[in-house]
Amino acid sequence: MEGIVNIKVPRLISAYIFVLILLIIVRNKKMGHHGQIILASVRMTVQLVLVGFVLTYIFENPNPYLILGILFLMEGFAIFNIFGRVQRKISKDLKLVIAFSMISGTLLSIFYFILIVVNLEPWFRPQYFIPLSGMLIGNSMTGISLGVEGLINGIKDNKKSIENALMLGAHPVEASRKISNRAFYNAILPTLNSMIGMGIIFLPGMMTGQMLAGATPITAIKYQIAIMMGILGSVTLTVYLLVTLGTKSFFNDRSQIKMEKFK
Amino acid sequence: MFELKNIKYKDILNINNLKIAENKITCIVGKSGGGKTTFLKLLNNMISPDSGTIKFKGKDLIDFNPIKLRREVPMLPQNPVIFSGTIKENFDLALKYADKSQKNENEYKDMLDTVGLTEQKLNRSTGDLSGGEKQRVALARILLLEPTILLLDEPSSALDEKTEDLIIKTVVNYIKRKNGTLIMVTHSTQIASKYGDRIVTINNGKIENSNELKNSTEKERK
Repeated sequence: MEGIVNIKVPRLISAYIFVLILLIIVRNKKMGHHGQIILASVRMTVQLVLVGFVLTYIFENPNPYLILGILFLMEGFAIFNIFGRVQRKISKDLKLVIAFSMISGTLLSIFYFILIVVNLEPWFRPQYFIPLSGMLIGNSMTGISLGVEGLINGIKDNKKSIENALMLGAHPVEASRKISNRAFYNAILPTLNSMIGMGIIFLPGMMTGQMLAGATPITAIKYQIAIMMGILGSVTLTVYLLVTLGTKSFFNDRSQIKMEKFK
Repeated sequence: MFELKNIKYKDILNINNLKIAENKITCIVGKSGGGKTTFLKLLNNMISPDSGTIKFKGKDLIDFNPIKLRREVPMLPQNPVIFSGTIKENFDLALKYADKSQKNENEYKDMLDTVGLTEQKLNRSTGDLSGGEKQRVALARILLLEPTILLLDEPSSALDEKTEDLIIKTVVNYIKRKNGTLIMVTHSTQIASKYGDRIVTINNGKIENSNELKNSTEKERK
């Protein structure tokens, strides 16, 4: 292995030519959105540079409390990102369900992955812990966003059908089973699809990154398989908690649909 | 059977005192938007009153498990939703919801006969059914549960008179045979006087009238 080819700053700047190409196309086609393209490029650059400094510090000073702090910071950002992403209004109790599902589902998966699968010692080695947790949290965030959207839309669109089932004596969980099952499936579908295409349609980012950093393809693949299992587990667990508890949040203790959720 | 005292539900319903007898047909009449459907939903706890008490068989409704209560007092709404799938799947699902043991296809076919869908196949997709057929499937679905108490909201006004009449007649005959209790909402005073043992008029959320009809046992039962 030849090690990492370090990109020099002037060459890195030359990569921005792709943004310029996009801007020229957009201008010639009169599509607008120049501001958005520039903002996205600037934000990406500034955010990554700042993260670079922060990570450098953390890598040089590994500390379990600092790692846990970062973990909860990531969880917090992910949860608020979900609140922002979902188009429909989310009730207070559904927000609590989202936060609970996200935190408990990801923490369980992250620590299982770090302690059992990777067998990391000490567990808080930042160069492993931060990116691996980030991948699990990021994918679970996408899964939960899809799950919440599916659940709210499904229950709102099928309110009458659920009501009819309740009138026949159905338990709320039973009355909304089809909707929660669909929401669950739609939320895990992107993860399943990416597993199907992996290695043939695209090479996943982590694997590519490891190979660029000098790891052998076999090592990179082993990591990629393990992380995909971790992602699948984390997405499954968080989305399962979300749809199970989230469905219940639409009903009160008298098994009635909460009307205020439909105003 | 039901006893309502000082019931208030938003600004829709305000009932001071009402008793509904067992083994009788009680018809609720009144102008549309007057609170009739809300009244029915209160009885099987699909909604809860803001204040007041509802007793069922002498016990406060709050003390009943709402799911078990609805299994005992199911409701056929004005515009019932037919679940996607086939007619048979609808029947299976209703029995599952009500926690009743599954029935065989002959029993299902007999029920289709009862609601005037003799020609229908059990594996027909519910997506192809007309409005009237859907209403009949919904009726068959609820009667399969063999309830002895039934809440019936008047069939949708979009239906033809023949279907509406058939649905009401079928329900009335069924309840009489079971010696059960029917609480039926209808816009028509003729239907109410034809089938009801008692007529309760609800307008603007309040009970305007409550009349016991004489000779109710001699009413037409066909």
